[in-house]
Amino acid sequence: MATTLDQIFILLRDWITGFLPQAWRPAAGIVLGAATIVCLFPALFALAVWMERKGLGRMQNRLGPNRVGPFGLLQPIADGIKSLTKEDIVPLNADAAVHLLAPVVLVVTVFMGFAVLPMGRNMVLVDMDAGLLFFFAMGASTEVAVFMAGWSSRNKYSLLGAMRAVAQMISYEVVLLLSGVSVVMISGSLSLVKIASAQNHYTGWLPNWYIFTPWGLAGFIMFAIAATAETNRSPFDLPEGESELVAGYHTEYSGFKFALFFLGEYLAMFSISGLGTTLFLGGWSAPLSILTWVPSWIWFFAKVMVSIFVFIWMRGTLPRLRQDQLMNFAWKFVLPFTLINLMVTALWRFMGEGWERWAVCSLILAAVFVLMGKVGMRREHLGPRSYRYAE
Amino acid sequence: MGVLFYLIAALTLAGGLAVVLLKNTVHCALAVTVAFAGLALFFLQLDAQFAGFAQILVYIGAVAILVVFAILVTRGSTTPVGEVFSSSWLVGLAIAAGVFALFGWAVLESVWALPHESAVPAVTVRDIGNALVGRYVLPLEIVALLLTAATIGAVIVAMHEKERTR
Amino acid sequence: MNGFASPLAAYLMVAALLFAIGLAGALTRRNAILVLISIELMLNAANLNFIAFWRYGPHPEALTGMMFAIFSIAVAAAEAAVGLGLIIAIYRHTQTTDLDEIKRMKG
Repeated sequence: MATTLDQIFILLRDWITGFLPQAWRPAAGIVLGAATIVCLFPALFALAVWMERKGLGRMQNRLGPNRVGPFGLLQPIADGIKSLTKEDIVPLNADAAVHLLAPVVLVVTVFMGFAVLPMGRNMVLVDMDAGLLFFFAMGASTEVAVFMAGWSSRNKYSLLGAMRAVAQMISYEVVLLLSGVSVVMISGSLSLVKIASAQNHYTGWLPNWYIFTPWGLAGFIMFAIAATAETNRSPFDLPEGESELVAGYHTEYSGFKFALFFLGEYLAMFSISGLGTTLFLGGWSAPLSILTWVPSWIWFFAKVMVSIFVFIWMRGTLPRLRQDQLMNFAWKFVLPFTLINLMVTALWRFMGEGWERWAVCSLILAAVFVLMGKVGMRREHLGPRSYRYAE
Repeated sequence: MGVLFYLIAALTLAGGLAVVLLKNTVHCALAVTVAFAGLALFFLQLDAQFAGFAQILVYIGAVAILVVFAILVTRGSTTPVGEVFSSSWLVGLAIAAGVFALFGWAVLESVWALPHESAVPAVTVRDIGNALVGRYVLPLEIVALLLTAATIGAVIVAMHEKERTR
Repeated sequence: MNGFASPLAAYLMVAALLFAIGLAGALTRRNAILVLISIELMLNAANLNFIAFWRYGPHPEALTGMMFAIFSIAVAAAEAAVGLGLIIAIYRHTQTTDLDEIKRMKG
């Protein structure tokens, strides 16, 4: 019974494609899977929008939307209707073709990233041998879409926002890749399916997730920081900060195209949470060995929604970082720490089982963290404040 | 050579032609991104998945962005006012046509001698990794050295010079 | 297959055409950055040749063609970075990227 519930979507797919001739079954299976992803994740996006507005509201000591439906649950539908019926304004000087293509390219490349995420046991759309590399390739393609959006608007603020966003995304892309490489080193494969199944073992009643190892914890923290920066979320949301740049690279977009950008941003959040879950939090495996009767896809989506909640929590709590602080942080602290984490991972792998490798690796990581914090993030000593008044 | 090959070829060649023919420099940079994407699709069709994804990651994710930044720094983002083609464009076109004629003749003449194994090579990323640290470790180390030198060199060349006191 | 006796010949023709287009761009455009983009196109055409020969050649498990293409991608990225740095430095000095104007060695 538990296995049937676990594999229910696979069984459903096999039943539907069973009506087709044998030659068409694999293609039809993939088309069904793709259609499911395209319908499911925007629905989750609606839920995330509601979570964000209510959550931020509560954190800021106010109620959030509560008029449309019980607890404001139908608010995303109202937002969607509003976006779709707003007038689509394109500036006169804007480059119309590129202006139209930018949100399309963004949403398409973000959707492609979902193809390699294993959402449950045997539930991956395409099991690629180089799945992780494909995911990062799709992430790199979103930068082009951001630039296209900012440049085609022929607006200085948009261009500035786009340049800041691209610079930030490139810097943190390297960190994302390197934290993924330590996972690849230990699990021995770039295929996300194998990485998820490698974490599906239990010692006693605790799972063998990579986050429960010293290098995994450090890697996960760096991955989380880089993920927040990649998706331009607070505290790294200077490119789209309302008080700084109007709306950054999507200033000149209205109506449906703005809704596409919004969708793209949240889908990128889901996508990268899914990747973080697969790499570090064990993907679809249950947290305790007694809970394996719960279907695997429930665990995957629960972990992804918890990650989204943490994103919202960070947005409501932390102040925004300035551009130079953000770039300094990336190149002078996070990247060297991730490189050292890579070396500690290698040490972990070659030290063999036992308590020694736990002690040595934890000590090295803690010492490096403290040292680099003191050295890399020294604050500049500014002189006494001076004031200039208008005469 | 199914429909897919011709579609991807059309995409890539259209991108390449757009680079040569369009007036606005940023449009040319976006067209070359399309050409890079078409080439990545070719690599995927040729069962070279690692090369295809590396092409997207490096060329579209890094080189295209670099080119775009350089265009913006050198104020090339507005449509140029003067000529876009060099004064000696006819000679250049003739040379390119000549080179293509030579290559095309060479390919079509030697069609009977070309290998045509059609078994899909069973290559995994693990094989590539083993080859990189096994047989090709010297090129790997040299490329690492070269990338370091290129990074440092590019930063030094493009850095602002310090103000010289006159 | 419409005239191509082997699929390898089709890929080689596309690569040759792309190379010729890149060469035309490098020789006819004025903007230095566009010349660099055309050079990248030529390198990509050569990569396509390597991968096509790897796929249809006699020993694909030796991975020679794939390795060559991967190293070529890495080196081309480095060369694009240095080349663009040079163009930016020249722009700072002469305030133009028009290759027809940057004709003299004298600064």
